[in-house]
Amino acid sequence: MATVTVTEAAPATVSRTQLPERTEPVGPRRSLSTWNTQEWFDVLGAALAGIAIATLLFGRVTAMYGGIGWAVVALISFVGVYALLVSLHSTRQHVADRLATVLLITAAVLLFGTLVFIVAYTVIRGSPALVHSSFYVETMRLAGPLDPLTVGGIAHALVGTLIQISIALAITVPLGITTAVFLNEVGGPFARFVRTVTDAMTALPSVVAGLFVYASVIQLVTHERSGFAAALAITVMMLPIVIRSADVVLRLVANGLREASYAMGATRWRTVWHVVLPTARSGLATAVILGTARGLGETSPVLLTSGVTAVMNVNPFQGPMISMPLQVFDFVRSAEPALKARGFGTAAALMVVVLILFGLARVIGGRAPGELSQRQRRRVLARSARSFAEIRRLHPAAPAARNEE
Amino acid sequence: MTTVRESPASYAPADLQHPRSVQARSGAADRLFHAVARSAGGATVGIMLAVGLFLSVRASDALQATGTGFLTEQQWSPETGQFGVAAILFGTVTIAVIALLVAFPLAFGTALLLSEIATGATRRFMVSLVDLMAAVPSIIFGLWGVYFLQAAIIPVSQWISSTFVFIPILAVTDESGARVSDASFFTSSAFIAGIVVGFMVVPTTTSVMREAFSQAPPGEREGAYALGSTRWGMIRAVVLPFGKGGVIGGTMLGLGRALGETIAVYMIISPIFSINWQVLKTGTNSVSALIALRYGEATDFGLSALMAAGLVLFAVTLVINFTASSIVARSRSGAQSEV
Repeated sequence: MATVTVTEAAPATVSRTQLPERTEPVGPRRSLSTWNTQEWFDVLGAALAGIAIATLLFGRVTAMYGGIGWAVVALISFVGVYALLVSLHSTRQHVADRLATVLLITAAVLLFGTLVFIVAYTVIRGSPALVHSSFYVETMRLAGPLDPLTVGGIAHALVGTLIQISIALAITVPLGITTAVFLNEVGGPFARFVRTVTDAMTALPSVVAGLFVYASVIQLVTHERSGFAAALAITVMMLPIVIRSADVVLRLVANGLREASYAMGATRWRTVWHVVLPTARSGLATAVILGTARGLGETSPVLLTSGVTAVMNVNPFQGPMISMPLQVFDFVRSAEPALKARGFGTAAALMVVVLILFGLARVIGGRAPGELSQRQRRRVLARSARSFAEIRRLHPAAPAARNEE
Repeated sequence: MTTVRESPASYAPADLQHPRSVQARSGAADRLFHAVARSAGGATVGIMLAVGLFLSVRASDALQATGTGFLTEQQWSPETGQFGVAAILFGTVTIAVIALLVAFPLAFGTALLLSEIATGATRRFMVSLVDLMAAVPSIIFGLWGVYFLQAAIIPVSQWISSTFVFIPILAVTDESGARVSDASFFTSSAFIAGIVVGFMVVPTTTSVMREAFSQAPPGEREGAYALGSTRWGMIRAVVLPFGKGGVIGGTMLGLGRALGETIAVYMIISPIFSINWQVLKTGTNSVSALIALRYGEATDFGLSALMAAGLVLFAVTLVINFTASSIVARSRSGAQSEV
């Protein structure tokens, strides 16, 4: 580290800190990065060697074949060659460090590579169906399995998903957030019991939730599959997710804010409504949106409860109402290439809906409770200036504000 | 705060003469708020208990008919009264264990990368990607598993089975015990289903592990560096011991999710009702896939049998989840943020 030469002591009259004046260069500038050119060449050389070894082994020296095997062999030889290269000019500690770093990065690359590949594969296989506008506005009522992709679409599944998730949200959001408020703001032994039960509920396999709704609501009450039954099954799945994430968000609201509110004489209810919930608003929105994304993608509970149909049904209480994941499942069961393309197209559309929700959650949320954006900060300041002006008007003798911004 | 009105001593005796209750009396609005919040909690518990009780009551028919044989019988034909979860549960566990073998290295590596190596915008982006992966619908993983992975992984399965033929669970043999290498013996296996489910549980495991790793105290980290440690040395000496609970708990949470996964498994496997030790060979089963397969044609008794199977699965995931969350909670500091 460069030593800093301190200039003559500042005159006593100046009370502020002064930066030392630099008259000459402190020392040679150096890069803080621990990776030099040789390190990069080690990686590059090992990567090339890995690819070369795998290509040689596959189909030339041995009888192995297939893309995944090639990738695995390339990866293993890359790591081996890299360890060898680093050990040529480093100590054992250094080799372990480099090797660990490379392995960690490899794990992440494999994971994210697979994620991107899965999404891209779905979109590419579905693109023959996705390019036709009929895919988004028509239903499958008049389209047979052999019809070309220009006829028929998934409008009925889109509407079905929308209706089912709306019903599920209408139950989940009030119930889930109120329960989370109960867990955090009221407390007591019963709240601990509720939290334990909610934790237990997250362990409920989704298909068992579907089976419950099938055996109770459908077999005992309605005697037919319906969108409402599917929405109930989704609710059973989403509720614990929303409660748990909302619980975490509310727990992050600083206790000082609550205590300040109580100190001002606010009741508990007013504290929750005017302090806790607004502070946690962005986090709560994120919790709900991510819960929605999970609920949208649920296939197995819907498989048991909603029933399959090819026509538009906007009445959730009568008749089968298909949703997007189930429509995917139903399409790809067929061997017809056109229906398969429709299945992949529906899956891609579902993925886009989830992506949009996810982006929305990132835009709205992503901030810790109490952390404000520029605009929100300005709004809060303006509001507090207004209330201060109001206080001044009512009590002209009140002391002046200390810092008006 | 500028003037001192009275010294505390001067009014202390008065307070002793008139002690005050410090119990707050709630107003009507507060009482209403409490009642509403409590009833929401009650409703949540009610839904959960309804699910649990309903399943238990309906499952009891089937459980009474078979007794403990339910856990040892491999066949599944409720019509003849001969049914049990031995083979199905075995398949479920096989798939989940293979899933963990895939998920653990990926999740562990990614979590360490996110907490220790990546910084700034890269880290935020990758954390978002992990969260996004958790939101990818399972049917999309299933499609990928059936239409891409199945065909692509068969050469690997064949190579493993022919190279490690001396390990019984990796060998693939036909009924007579002779070794086979035909591709048709390797489709729809627990191995393929396990890989797909493995990718599905990585996000759960990663986020739990990452949270645990990032809570390793900075003082100890700097101490390790000050003693001359490399980054990996620091990780081994500080981060991993601190994050041990998160690693175990996250893996178990992943296991819980893997056991309950339905649609991707249902699409990939070809269901059989006998214990198949050869994980690379066609044919396995899982509780959730069985429910999805049989619920429609089931009689009342058949449905009761399915519920019994579902109940067994639920019991297993429940135990795993509670163990996992208690391990994670014990390793986590309970400090709340303060202003």
